[in-house]
Amino acid sequence: MCGHPSGRGYSPPVLSVRPLFPSVGTPYLRLVVAGFRQQSAYRLAALAGLVANTTFGFLKVALLLATVRAAGGDLNGYDVGTMSAYVWLSQGLLGSVNLYGRSEMAERIRTGDVVVDFLRPLDVHAGAVAMEVGRGLFALLPRGVPSVLVGALVVGMTMPTTPGPYLLGAVSVLLGITVSAATAYLVAATGFWLVETRGVALLYMVVAGFLAGLFVPIGIFPAPLFWLATATPFPSMLMYPVDVLSGRVDGLASLGLVAAQVGWLLVVGALGQLMTRRGRHRLEVQGG
Amino acid sequence: MAESAGSAGSSVARPAPHGTVLAPYRAVLSSRVRSQASYRTSFGLDLGSSLLVGLTELAEVAVLFTSVSAIGGFDLAAMLLVFGLADLCFSLADMVVGHCDNLPEYVRTGRLDVFYLRPQPLLLQLVTSDISLRRLARAAVGLVALVVGLVVNDLAWGAGTVGLLAVALVSGTVTFAALFVWAGGLQFFLVNGSEMTNAFVYGGRYAATQPGTVWGRPLVVVFGFFFPMAFTAYLPTATLLGLDTFAGLPDWAGWLAPVAAVWAWVAAGLSWRTGVRHYQGAGG
Repeated sequence: MCGHPSGRGYSPPVLSVRPLFPSVGTPYLRLVVAGFRQQSAYRLAALAGLVANTTFGFLKVALLLATVRAAGGDLNGYDVGTMSAYVWLSQGLLGSVNLYGRSEMAERIRTGDVVVDFLRPLDVHAGAVAMEVGRGLFALLPRGVPSVLVGALVVGMTMPTTPGPYLLGAVSVLLGITVSAATAYLVAATGFWLVETRGVALLYMVVAGFLAGLFVPIGIFPAPLFWLATATPFPSMLMYPVDVLSGRVDGLASLGLVAAQVGWLLVVGALGQLMTRRGRHRLEVQGG
Repeated sequence: MAESAGSAGSSVARPAPHGTVLAPYRAVLSSRVRSQASYRTSFGLDLGSSLLVGLTELAEVAVLFTSVSAIGGFDLAAMLLVFGLADLCFSLADMVVGHCDNLPEYVRTGRLDVFYLRPQPLLLQLVTSDISLRRLARAAVGLVALVVGLVVNDLAWGAGTVGLLAVALVSGTVTFAALFVWAGGLQFFLVNGSEMTNAFVYGGRYAATQPGTVWGRPLVVVFGFFFPMAFTAYLPTATLLGLDTFAGLPDWAGWLAPVAAVWAWVAAGLSWRTGVRHYQGAGG
């Protein structure tokens, strides 16, 4: 599925963090920066991801533009330019949002390393999500921006001409990355009960890619499937940021999408807090 | 051939190899099959998830046809054939050689060096080191799509149709298997950049499920000929149903699938050879 499996899950934890700005506020912000810097060490992996992303992008564009043309140039509101924008923006975000369900936290819970995290004077849940968000933000540089550039130069796409959608789009992208990190954390947190979360992660991957609108925008789903998708946090990770950034949804409606993202972040965030607290009492470290 | 046959094989007490060449491979494979079947819950979950993966991939194609009746001259019935052929061939190849994807992990952990110590060909050991039975569920989705595709399309059944289907299935599976080995050879150089080969292995699978009529010239070059994905499902289907071919190929181009498979293995062989010669051990 579109660039999975990615190498991101296997990166070793950084033990000593040299802060980018020595006195930047909270430890969580520092973890975001640490995640960002950690990913910058894997340049070949980033290039590999970009190659995979763009290849899938070209194939997606070929099929979807042929579909738009077959529909007479207007497919449920998508024309050639906006469909191309959807493809390249979603491919660009793919390296930053977690649609495959695996995370470093899942591995730490399985091996018992999470015990060390609980000893630190930090919130385990917020710390793990912050680190993931940092990694996701970094991926925008080697994977996100170049994917979009390749698409814009080679295929061409329709983008908004006013600054509004870009400003709100930036907020929406940040929210999308955070919602995906917080939801993938829930998959990891099931490990407090299940230990091995591979099956759950696989299930997450299948559902997330489809309902987030990775291969087909959810706007052209049949109605029941569309409503099913909007009843999950998945469109908040990919579809809504793409819709806001591309200007396909604008004005009050785009604010509505961002509000939906904030809503989902609160829901999955609260669930993550709850599961971490309950899970802590369930945690059994195997071996000695 | 008495006690002086001091090869690695005879110095280790092995349970009755019956002297055949294939016995060691059979022993490893049957142990892998038994181990997967023994954790029933986990295996069931794996099968279920694999089934779901296949179904969503089918849904991704089908959803497009709720708005249009044909894409690139292919209607839903024709697309089912393309999807079925491509997915069945890919899943079978994935089941048998898909674990070539683990090569970077084997290199990093030094497990590959163990393979070098055994008196058996490296590639054969890697291929027979595992078999993913859960891929059977994926193959089932492909098979059902193919059978439904064969039923809903108006086919002129005869020796030609059956022959072409058989040729396409065998060549397609062999071609996809070549892609995994092709990627494996490159992994010796990439290691941390292993995702690079996903572009043509999994990208290739995705390309194989598309009608080549929607591609522009660069895609025709890359996935039509260089990585010959068009020959696995789209061209055989076009020949079967009398639909458009790309790049001015004749309407019997589907019969060229074995040529594509041979080319893919030539490239895979070269890639693998180069990779193995480049490899100098993980320093373990």
